[in-house]
Amino acid sequence: MRWPSRAAEGVRAYRLIAGMWIRSTMTYRASFALTVCGNLVLTGLDFVAILLMFSQVDALGGWTLPEVALLYGLSVTAFGIAHLAFGSMASLGGRVRDGSFDTLLVRPAPVLAQVAADRFALRRLGRAVQGAGVLGWALVAVDVDWTVAKVLLLPVTLLCGAVIFGSLFVAGGAFQFLAQDAAEVQNAFTYGGTTLLQYPPSVFGRDLVRGVTFVLPLAFVNWVPAAHLLGRPYPLGLPDGAAFATPLVALVCAVPAGAVWRAGLRSYRSTGS
Amino acid sequence: MGAWRVYPAVAAGSFRRYATYRAATAAGVFTNTVFGLILVYTYLALWEARPGLGGYDQAQAVTYVWLGQALLAMLAVQGGGFESELMERIRTGEIAVDLYRPVDPQWWWLAHDMGRAVFQLLGRGVVPFLFGALFFPAALPGEAAVWGAFLVSLLLAMLVSFAIRYLFALSVFWLLDSQGVAQAVMVTGVFCSGMTLPLNAFPGGLGEVVRALPWAAQLQVPADVLMGETAAPAAYLFQAAWAVALLAAGRLVQSAATRRVVVQGG
Repeated sequence: MRWPSRAAEGVRAYRLIAGMWIRSTMTYRASFALTVCGNLVLTGLDFVAILLMFSQVDALGGWTLPEVALLYGLSVTAFGIAHLAFGSMASLGGRVRDGSFDTLLVRPAPVLAQVAADRFALRRLGRAVQGAGVLGWALVAVDVDWTVAKVLLLPVTLLCGAVIFGSLFVAGGAFQFLAQDAAEVQNAFTYGGTTLLQYPPSVFGRDLVRGVTFVLPLAFVNWVPAAHLLGRPYPLGLPDGAAFATPLVALVCAVPAGAVWRAGLRSYRSTGS
Repeated sequence: MGAWRVYPAVAAGSFRRYATYRAATAAGVFTNTVFGLILVYTYLALWEARPGLGGYDQAQAVTYVWLGQALLAMLAVQGGGFESELMERIRTGEIAVDLYRPVDPQWWWLAHDMGRAVFQLLGRGVVPFLFGALFFPAALPGEAAVWGAFLVSLLLAMLVSFAIRYLFALSVFWLLDSQGVAQAVMVTGVFCSGMTLPLNAFPGGLGEVVRALPWAAQLQVPADVLMGETAAPAAYLFQAAWAVALLAAGRLVQSAATRRVVVQGG
């Protein structure tokens, strides 16, 4: 089948499955509202920790509270979108272990769409909403010389950040074909990644920043674009236009993640029980 | 079988059950180490901007991070201990079968959770802690007596941690929803235990409140015993008082639940 129609088919399957789960969730409206609020509070704790830190200091690694809030908002919103869309992939290992993954293979819909939409949890919207709230406050509070290019950079950054994190979730899903029980390793990259990016790069060791910029380019989710917005030099002396390379970086993440997924799917052997 | 043989057997069985998943344990060790690394750098920056915050120097702040990562799974700070199983049994009504068993539910689940906690300490706690002590500045005592005092404090921390989660789990008898309760366990655990920031470094009145709550007995108090920030007897008194109070409350709620509540699914 040609690629565009295959992708369209995947999106259609995703919409149908996610829609079914949303309808099922909405049967218990009060419970849903409560879990969304719970999610908001839970993911907000990270920001409360940052606020507590700033109640004791004026700057962290040379960055002020509104600047750190900008980093936080970009990281958490992008992660929240990716987590909403692909967060279900974390439970793939369970399906491989109990054999129910086999049923996904015989259905006439792309497997990636089925796995990503499996048990689609709208409550995960809480994280993205909370991140967007902090981002909104940060944008009002920071001191930025806004230009047209900088305004356009914002939505592009959020979208590309979501693609970068989404690639991590897809690659993490593929990893579970291999690892099964060791699924938690991917948390170090997904949840660890979004936590790392909530703090300024100047806080971390140079080698860590180098790795997060050039090896696993998470830095393009917020560190590099935020440095450009705020007119701060990026620690590794990247050229000034680097922030605008973000879509390219997102593409460089998404293509290998897709390849890894297909390789993982091909290597799948059923438990047979 | 007498009670003195049942509960140790439950604890041993629980230990073996968690020890079965070696790959999952290794994955947990890796993840705890990565999160420890991230936190260490942020704490180093914080303590550089504000030396002596909360009475800690940089080495103590770093040690606190690694201790937190080492105890995270053992104390089930984010939940995921016995309570998720108990809540599910209450929600589905399977608890009715448990109530017919000639054992005491509180002791049964305590033994269950102790077995898990001891495994998580050895399997998931030791390696991140050693990694941290090896590659970062550390404030560790030289005398064996302090380590002994620390272990006693850890045991009390396990009791308090169990007692808190037992109360949360029993609330499902009335609430019938385990998801929200699990979230509440996580939010209070992470925030009030000092997983995000040492409770000693919390500002003003908020700091005084969180340091008096039972969650302080989980991470903050053992950390202060280990690093010589607090005298062991005072620490034990604080932890034991909360353990006794919460376990007693658990007893009361348990008898109320088993007497008055109609089990689900009947």
